[in-house]
Amino acid sequence: MIALMNSGAFSAENLDQIFVLAKHALLARTPGMLQPLASAIISIVPLMIVFPLLFAITTILERKGLGRMQNRYGPNRVGPFGLLQPAADGIKALIKEDVVPAAADQLVHFFAPVVFVAAAFLGYSVLPIGRNMVLVNLNAGVLFFFAVGSVVELSVFMAGWSSRSKYSLLGAMRAIAQMISYEVPLVLAAVPAIMAAGSLSTVDIVEAQAGYTGIFPHWFLFTPWGIVGFGLFLIAATAESNRSPFDLPEGESEIIAGYFIEYSGFKFALFFLAEYLGMFATSALGITLFLGGWSAPLSFLSFIPSWIWFFTKLLALIFFFIWIRGTLPRLRMDQLMGFAWKFILPMALLNVFVTGLWRFLPAGPLNSIRWAVCAAVLAAPCIVLSQSLKQKKKLLLRTYHFAE
Amino acid sequence: MIGNGILKGLTETARNFFGSYVSKDRLTTVQYPEQKIPQIEASRNFPFLVYDGADWDAGMRCVACQICEKECPPKCIFIEKSKDKKPDAVGKAQFYPARFDIDISVCMSCQICVEVCPFDAIKMDVEFDLPTDNRFSGLLLDRHKLAKSNDYYHQIHPTEASAVDAALAEERAKTAAKAAAAPPVAAAAAKPAAPATAATATSAAPQPAAASTPKPAEGDAK
Repeated sequence: MIALMNSGAFSAENLDQIFVLAKHALLARTPGMLQPLASAIISIVPLMIVFPLLFAITTILERKGLGRMQNRYGPNRVGPFGLLQPAADGIKALIKEDVVPAAADQLVHFFAPVVFVAAAFLGYSVLPIGRNMVLVNLNAGVLFFFAVGSVVELSVFMAGWSSRSKYSLLGAMRAIAQMISYEVPLVLAAVPAIMAAGSLSTVDIVEAQAGYTGIFPHWFLFTPWGIVGFGLFLIAATAESNRSPFDLPEGESEIIAGYFIEYSGFKFALFFLAEYLGMFATSALGITLFLGGWSAPLSFLSFIPSWIWFFTKLLALIFFFIWIRGTLPRLRMDQLMGFAWKFILPMALLNVFVTGLWRFLPAGPLNSIRWAVCAAVLAAPCIVLSQSLKQKKKLLLRTYHFAE
Repeated sequence: MIGNGILKGLTETARNFFGSYVSKDRLTTVQYPEQKIPQIEASRNFPFLVYDGADWDAGMRCVACQICEKECPPKCIFIEKSKDKKPDAVGKAQFYPARFDIDISVCMSCQICVEVCPFDAIKMDVEFDLPTDNRFSGLLLDRHKLAKSNDYYHQIHPTEASAVDAALAEERAKTAAKAAAAPPVAAAAAKPAAPATAATATSAAPQPAAASTPKPAEGDAK
C-alpha cells in the first residue's frame, strides 16, 4: 500500500485495481518459496471476511426492511437505530448451549453445518467481484459453481437424517425435493448466457457483456431471452436458497425449522450463514450471467470502481429478495412442484431454443424484427402455461358427514 | 395476466416501506418502556387491598373474614386474623388482618376474591409491570405491599369506585343513626368486654364516618 501511494496518483484506474495492486505489493514482500501459499491466503481471507460481514449487514437490513414493509420499526434497541443487532445476535448464538440429541449420529450431526458452510464458500471461488478480481478463472466456472452448489443438498440431508427426529427428516425431504426440482431450471436458465458468451468461464461471460452501444451496455438482460432467463433464474435462485415464498423446508409455522430443528447455538447460526451465503452466491452468479458482472450500467459511469458496481448490484438483488419475502405468502408443496415442472422447466427449455433462434436471426437493420419474433415465441407459451397453472377447482362449502 | 397479483402485492409493500418513513401514523408500535398507553377501565391484573384515609394500616377496609381465602381457587391468599378489634370502614368494631399475603405467582386473576368480598376491601389492580429478581419472596406480596389508597382505586376504576363509595356512605349513615338511637344499649353491650376497647370503639366510631363523608362527593366530582 505504501509503495502504491508512493508510486503515484490515485487515478480511477488505480482505485479500480486497488485490491489487485495491494495484493501484488504484499506478494512482492513475501519470500519466493511462500508466494503461492501467500497468494492463496491473501485472496481467500478477504472473501471469507467480506461475505459473512455482508451476511451480518443483510440480517439487520432484512429485519428492518421487513418491519417497514409491515409498518413496524424493526429492531431498534441495540446501538444507534438498532444497527448493532447482528453483533448482539452473534454473541447470543455463541454463548448458547449446544444441544445434540442423545439419539443423533454425533459425527454427521456435527459435520452437516460445516459441510454446508464450506460448500457455500466454495462457490465464491469462481465469481468475478471486480475487474481482475476472481479467485480462480476456471474454464468450466459455471459448471463448477453448480457442482459445489449441489453439495448443499448433501449437507441438508446429513442434518435432517442425523438428527433422528421426524420433523428434521420431513424438513430434509421437503428441502431436497425442492432443491433438486429447482436445480434443473436454475442450470437451464443459465444456459442461454453460456450459449451467447460461448464459454463456461465466468470471466469470459462478463467480458462478453462489457461493450457499450452509445451509452447502453451489452448486458444479456437487454435481450428477450435475457429478460426471461433472468426472471427464471431469479425464481429458481429463490427456491434454491430456500427463501420465501419457497421457504417450505423451514416453514416456521408448520415444521418449525425443518431440517435444522435439532440444532442450537452457533451451529444453528452456521445454517443461517450458509443459507445467506448461498443466496449471495446465486445472486452474484445471476449478476455475472445477465447483469454484466462488475461492468457499469451506463458507459459514462465506468469511472466508478468495478467492485463497487458489483456490490451495488448484489445489494439491489438482496433488497429485491427481501421485498419478495415481505410480499408473498408461502407456497403449498404441490404448487411448488407444479410450478417447477409445469412452468419454469418448459419455459427454461424454450428459452434455450429462443437463444439459438436469436443467434441465427439477422441482426443489424432487422433487429426490431428479431426482437419481435423472439418475444412472441416466448410470450405465447408463457400465457398458455400460466393458464394451466390456474386453479380450476372451485372452492365449495365443505360439509362434514360425521359432524351431524 | 400472469404476475398481476404479485405486482399489486409488490406495490403495496413498497408503499408501506416508503410510507412508514414519511408518515408516523403508519407505525402503530408502542415503544414500551418509554411509552405506555393508558389502560382501559375494565382491565385487571392482581388483587390489592383498599384503605381509606391517609394511614394504610388504620384505614384498611379488610376485616379478616377470610371468605376470599376460602373461595380462592388456586389458594394464593393467606390471612391471619388479629386478636383485637378496631373500627372498620363503616364504623363497626371488627377484626383486622394481622397478616394478609397474596402469592401473585399462583394467582390466576380470576377476580373471585373481589366478587365474594362483602366489605369492598379487595379490588383488582391494573399494575402489570411487576418484575422482581426473586421469584419466591419477590412475588409474595404482604399486606403493606397490597395496601393501596381509595384515591388510587378511583384513579384506576373511577366508575366502580364511586359506586362503592356511595354504598359505603349509606352504610356509615345507617351505623351512625343506629349508634345515635341507642347509645345506652351499645354501652351496655360493650360493658362485658374490656372497657378500654369499648371506649376506643365508641369514641372512634363517629370519627371515620365524619372523615369519610366528603369522600363520595369527591368521587363523584371525579
